[in-house]
Amino acid sequence: MAMTQKLRLDPTACTGHGLCADLLAERIELDEWGFPIILGDVPPGLAAHARRAVRTCPALALELLPPEDDSRHDPREERARHRGHDS
Amino acid sequence: MSQLRDYAEEAAGPGQRTASRRLTVGWQHAGRPADLREHYERYGPLPGAGRRGRRGLVDVVAAAGLTGRGGAGFPTGTKMRAVASGRGPAVVVANGMESEPASEKDQALLARAPHLVLDGAVLAAQAVGADTVHLCLERTRDWQVDEVLRAIEERDQARLDPIRLLVHELPRHYVSSEETALIRWLNGGEAKPMATPPRPFERGVQRRPTLVDNVETLANVALIARFGPDWFRAAGHPDCPGTMLVTVTGAVADPGVYEIETGSRVGDVLAMSGDRDSGSVLIGGYFGTWHATADLERLPMTTAGLRPAGASPGAGVIYALPAGSCGITEAARILGYLARQGAEQCGPCMFGLPAIAEDFAQLAKGRPEGDPLQRLARRMPVITGRGACRHPDGAVRMAASALTAFAGDAREHAAGRPCLGAHRRRHHSGGPPIPRPWAEDEWR
Repeated sequence: MAMTQKLRLDPTACTGHGLCADLLAERIELDEWGFPIILGDVPPGLAAHARRAVRTCPALALELLPPEDDSRHDPREERARHRGHDS
Repeated sequence: MSQLRDYAEEAAGPGQRTASRRLTVGWQHAGRPADLREHYERYGPLPGAGRRGRRGLVDVVAAAGLTGRGGAGFPTGTKMRAVASGRGPAVVVANGMESEPASEKDQALLARAPHLVLDGAVLAAQAVGADTVHLCLERTRDWQVDEVLRAIEERDQARLDPIRLLVHELPRHYVSSEETALIRWLNGGEAKPMATPPRPFERGVQRRPTLVDNVETLANVALIARFGPDWFRAAGHPDCPGTMLVTVTGAVADPGVYEIETGSRVGDVLAMSGDRDSGSVLIGGYFGTWHATADLERLPMTTAGLRPAGASPGAGVIYALPAGSCGITEAARILGYLARQGAEQCGPCMFGLPAIAEDFAQLAKGRPEGDPLQRLARRMPVITGRGACRHPDGAVRMAASALTAFAGDAREHAAGRPCLGAHRRRHHSGGPPIPRPWAEDEWR
């Protein structure tokens, strides 16, 4: 099975330049306010484009996670377990 | 703050176990915070002196099944254990921010039983191996800060605590009570939520393992330490035992803070506060959801109990919409408030929330440009899940639930025919509370 890689966006760093959506249109589109929406994981065939999008981001907001790295879980899952303001 | 209400067992009707008095013991007699002497009369002295005894409290809290009372409902014992087993000395943060405008229970608790909260914070600190407790309060509530400082002064004079108790006054923003915002502020930054792991229990204040707990949760820790896990479990729902404080406002005869057993049904809580036949409620606070009252009243007011309806108790908040009020209009006011209360860190929240707030405002006024319902259907799912914190998700959930609960009204409004309640709005003031703007740029 081919290894896919996850894209991670730091929404607090992103300022909506939008270059990533040009360089990786297969996986990133912009919302109506110009901020990126990640459409899915990156297959090996798109990895070079993804790396270029990561390098080009002027805000350094985009990251391509190494394949199969279990130690870096999705922060959204973390947050889902910590719903609300605190516990 | 509306008056604190006490109530009798029979208020809930025969056979119903709605009322129970643990946290609110003696509140009906006191117009002021209980001093140490009064506190000891209510609850007895602080138990388990000696460091070893208090270390064992983590297991006792876990056995009691205490869950967080700040809205997330996470098992407190599990969190304490994670902090206690972290590297190096730990830190405890007591969250008394209560930034939810429709909630008053933490303010009520601190105003009546500050020593119960402080007991719990100190006990928790000793249990997880912390030498400092940071109590976070909101900057605008100076009377509250004074009262808590007086209580700490009293404890200092009695040489009660081997733990440092520090009170902090944080800026007032809806998102500033989020636990990562507290950590960031305590570390010298702005009171804005942070995106990334590590979570506070791994690395928080000064990079130490940090236990962040709501003040009501800590008050329960103080009760469990005194009376044990079996006593604690004797009240409430087995999945999340004990009692909880709830705030009921809106179209009820006796708005205010009540103590109920967990698992009490929503309808009984409403009846207890003198619900005057409200047709709809907002449950769970401003990140909560709107529902027809009839759809909720039989459900237990717990996370699991409300899940089938797509609702959550949040920090125990119910707002009953007055008959004749317009739900779309009130939802639009809340959404406008939430859109202004973002941390201005993430694009989807900074631009998305004001956009849907404007759609809602057009809808509420019945003066639509284009089709606001169609725009909302397109925009709301795009905003969700893309912020560093859950502020945009909560705002969208509240807005989306209003469009479902008031679907008929929404269609009429969208067609330029706003209901009578939308006009009546100007003449009454029974809506959900919207705090006055306060130093919106002040984050430090």
